[in-house]
Amino acid sequence: MGGKVLADITPSPDAPHSVPALLRRNAAKFGGDSAYREKEFGIWQSWTWAETEAEIEALALGLLDLGLNRGDFVAVIGRNRPALYWSMVAVEMAGGVPVPLYQDAVAEEMAYVLQHCGARFVVAGDQEQVDKVIDAQEKGPGIEQTIYLDPRGLRKYDHTKLTSYTDVQQAGRDARDRLKGELAAREAELTYDSTCVMLYTSGTTGKPKGVVLSNRNIIEASKSSSEFDSLRRDDEVLAYLPMAWVGDFIFSIGQAYWTGFCVNCPESADTMMTDLREIGPTYFFAPPRVFENLLTSVMIRMEDAGSFKKKLFDRAMTRAKEIGPKILDGKPVSGAEKLAYAWDNMMVIGPLKNTLGMSRVRVGYTAGEAIGPEIFDFYRALGINLKQLYGQTEASVFITQQPDSEVRPDTVGVPSPGVELKIGENGEVFYRSPGTFVEYFKNPESTADTKDAEGWVATGDAGFIEEDTGHLRILDRAKDVGKTASGGLFAPKYVENKLKFYPDILEAVVFGNEREFCTAFINIDLTAVGNWAERNNIAYASYQELAGHPQVLASIQSHVEAVNRSVAEDPMLAHCQVARFLVLHKELDADDGEMTRTRKVRRRIVEEKFADLIDALYSGKSEQYTETEVTYEDGRKGKISATLEIRDAATVDVEAAQMAAE
Amino acid sequence: MLDNPTESYVTADGRTIGAVVMEMRGITLRFGGVEAIKDISFDVREGEIRAIIGPNGAGKSSMLNVISGFYHPQEGEVFYKGSKRPPMKPFQVARQGIARTFQNIALFEGMSVLDNVMTGRLNYMKTGFFSQAMWWGKAEDEETKNRAKAEEIIDFLEIQAIRKTPVGRLPYGLKKRVELARALAAEPQILLLDEPMAGMNVEEKEDMSRFILDVNDEFGTTIVLIEHDMGVVMDLSDRVVVMDYGKKIGDGTPDEVRNNQEVIDAYLGVSHD
Repeated sequence: MGGKVLADITPSPDAPHSVPALLRRNAAKFGGDSAYREKEFGIWQSWTWAETEAEIEALALGLLDLGLNRGDFVAVIGRNRPALYWSMVAVEMAGGVPVPLYQDAVAEEMAYVLQHCGARFVVAGDQEQVDKVIDAQEKGPGIEQTIYLDPRGLRKYDHTKLTSYTDVQQAGRDARDRLKGELAAREAELTYDSTCVMLYTSGTTGKPKGVVLSNRNIIEASKSSSEFDSLRRDDEVLAYLPMAWVGDFIFSIGQAYWTGFCVNCPESADTMMTDLREIGPTYFFAPPRVFENLLTSVMIRMEDAGSFKKKLFDRAMTRAKEIGPKILDGKPVSGAEKLAYAWDNMMVIGPLKNTLGMSRVRVGYTAGEAIGPEIFDFYRALGINLKQLYGQTEASVFITQQPDSEVRPDTVGVPSPGVELKIGENGEVFYRSPGTFVEYFKNPESTADTKDAEGWVATGDAGFIEEDTGHLRILDRAKDVGKTASGGLFAPKYVENKLKFYPDILEAVVFGNEREFCTAFINIDLTAVGNWAERNNIAYASYQELAGHPQVLASIQSHVEAVNRSVAEDPMLAHCQVARFLVLHKELDADDGEMTRTRKVRRRIVEEKFADLIDALYSGKSEQYTETEVTYEDGRKGKISATLEIRDAATVDVEAAQMAAE
Repeated sequence: MLDNPTESYVTADGRTIGAVVMEMRGITLRFGGVEAIKDISFDVREGEIRAIIGPNGAGKSSMLNVISGFYHPQEGEVFYKGSKRPPMKPFQVARQGIARTFQNIALFEGMSVLDNVMTGRLNYMKTGFFSQAMWWGKAEDEETKNRAKAEEIIDFLEIQAIRKTPVGRLPYGLKKRVELARALAAEPQILLLDEPMAGMNVEEKEDMSRFILDVNDEFGTTIVLIEHDMGVVMDLSDRVVVMDYGKKIGDGTPDEVRNNQEVIDAYLGVSHD
């Protein structure tokens, strides 16, 4: 079975075997269509596939002229610009390996990566990136030439190791007759198994690892995912996510070259929203945070709107939340519902979508972290086909994705075409696919740790496959998943996410590994709860006071119980119901070491720091006095003390319910 | 090297500073009985960044207003490009290639950033009222060209995101940048900046400094600037004129000025022990 998957996908000899070959195909087949657009000087400049081919070829020749050898690594750093995408393809065309880097990486990180892959050339977007490369050079790596795109501010720089992009292209054009044969030879050498790109994973622990992806990985992943969502040549995408991220490589190069759609680059990072609206992409990807921020800005503006407009909006949205998803999923809708939705679409939803720049979105994806169901529902109510996918760099993005009519906020979808899934003994998700990476560069131990001999790759995430639907559900990082004392599965993040979806709850930490039952610390959201207190004439002087208010506790308790009911619906996770909880007297804070700077809870530290509270949760007390050291913004330390009320939350007894049913 | 007004020289960081392009000779400016500027002479070389510093009320802005033709000195002459400049109106000075920004922002608050920048192109619009109003004939072509130049400047100063935003809605730091953009749109040979960094935070000052250096580097524009922040002045400028109570008390490179006893006294006060 292991061999079968890979054997099936060797393409016919005349099919394009590499990204440059796809470029040649596109230029020959539909050379007059737009391939790239970029807003410059206030106008969308565009390049057809034929022009793109000429640009890339000139650069590839220029690179040969500079002395690029087969297998040389070329780093590419900068914001999303057509010329940088061309650089990556040109490098592959000339026999090298492109290595896109995160543009916000600091000089040391850059130095590490440049050193690790031994890059000989760098293509940098502007002065800022060139400065970092020069910094990195001082620390060791032997960069021979840095090619820069935007000459601004670089006039005075020492140009012995610095060349402008246009000069390299010009040198390439001038040397065309001399190097044409060599370029053609190198291009012909590219096979399905030659390296297409190397991407460094950011890696939360340790140094970044270079993930080597072959043409097979990229083209197969792009092909099957393009077919999965029936992407078309007239689709439009906006390329605004970091170029070093595998997703951007797949969307803006893989799928774009496979399908032949147009990639639009924004004018600058700040103009992204305006450019989004002007382009109106039909295929759109954004991390949950982008969708959340958009929704918040819409909601705030609606709060400020006049009462008539507000009423109109509320009524349309209530109706749309019911009808919109049904229409998207192709479920039956009555004529009256259709009429109401059409009316709302004309009056409210359509204009709103236009403002968001999403009037034309046919396929929208989100991934990376859990997305709140109400956020998900909002966009789907608008008729935006927002779906979730689950993937990682090592898989060339796609592991699972949601088919058009099976979209739910709590799953990440069914295995993408060509992907096999299995769940390990500890609940960890493993996959195997044509997109599975070749290796970690210069790191055989890590490669062996992650990918076994049969090609199964460990994701590091724990999850399970729903029996009736075949959808994968991700629970938590595998290392955080444990067992309760009664032997049930303990997946804290799964419950925490459910709790956090309530606007009142900012943060939640669930305990229960090797315990009789689960308990939770809750942080209230001061903005949301404070707003509620104001409206209900509840006076409070501090966060602590508000957090201890009986009415607040009662409302949190109702949330916890609601979450328990929803958790209990799943027999596997029923043991994760929160039996007892308390609302913390302080916000978990990165200054106190309780969270990382990216606002992820440090479970171990919280456990140690609030050990007395955890004891109280498990000892059956109804309140507990505690003192906590806090660090103020200016670095001074102080102590806050409080007596916290501990509440019991109703849980659903699953076994009893099951027995009763039987 | 600095003694010969017609010779150019190369600075330590590799920039070429040209010959003297503008010279003040014995400028005295009076308002009634008050002498705002007393017999001041200095020159400005092509391509240099020339700072005028001094405590409050030293006459710095008056000096800039003399250069821009807003004030007419009672005594003394301004030599521009080798010839004596007759008394001029500000718009005539602007036509000679001298643009300025103001200490208190003087933009059209209700107009968009783009429109404000376009007003800087006024001297390049030659077609008549009728054809502009009808956007007919040469006017169309002319506007396209001017818009292209304005967009170039918008790109250069990285204000694309606020292109269509009314200036009144912008924060202070950005307004200053828009003002610089408008002045640059005139493609000046000499750019007068009146306290370009007043009231800015450290980050905004850094941005502005970088833009000033980039303007000088990229367009070769000669810059005369007034500034209070000594750190900024000493880092940016090639030569500094120091004024105090309308008199010139120092003139030279930042290092020379920094070690000038009279300058130190004016800035720190004189101890009396």
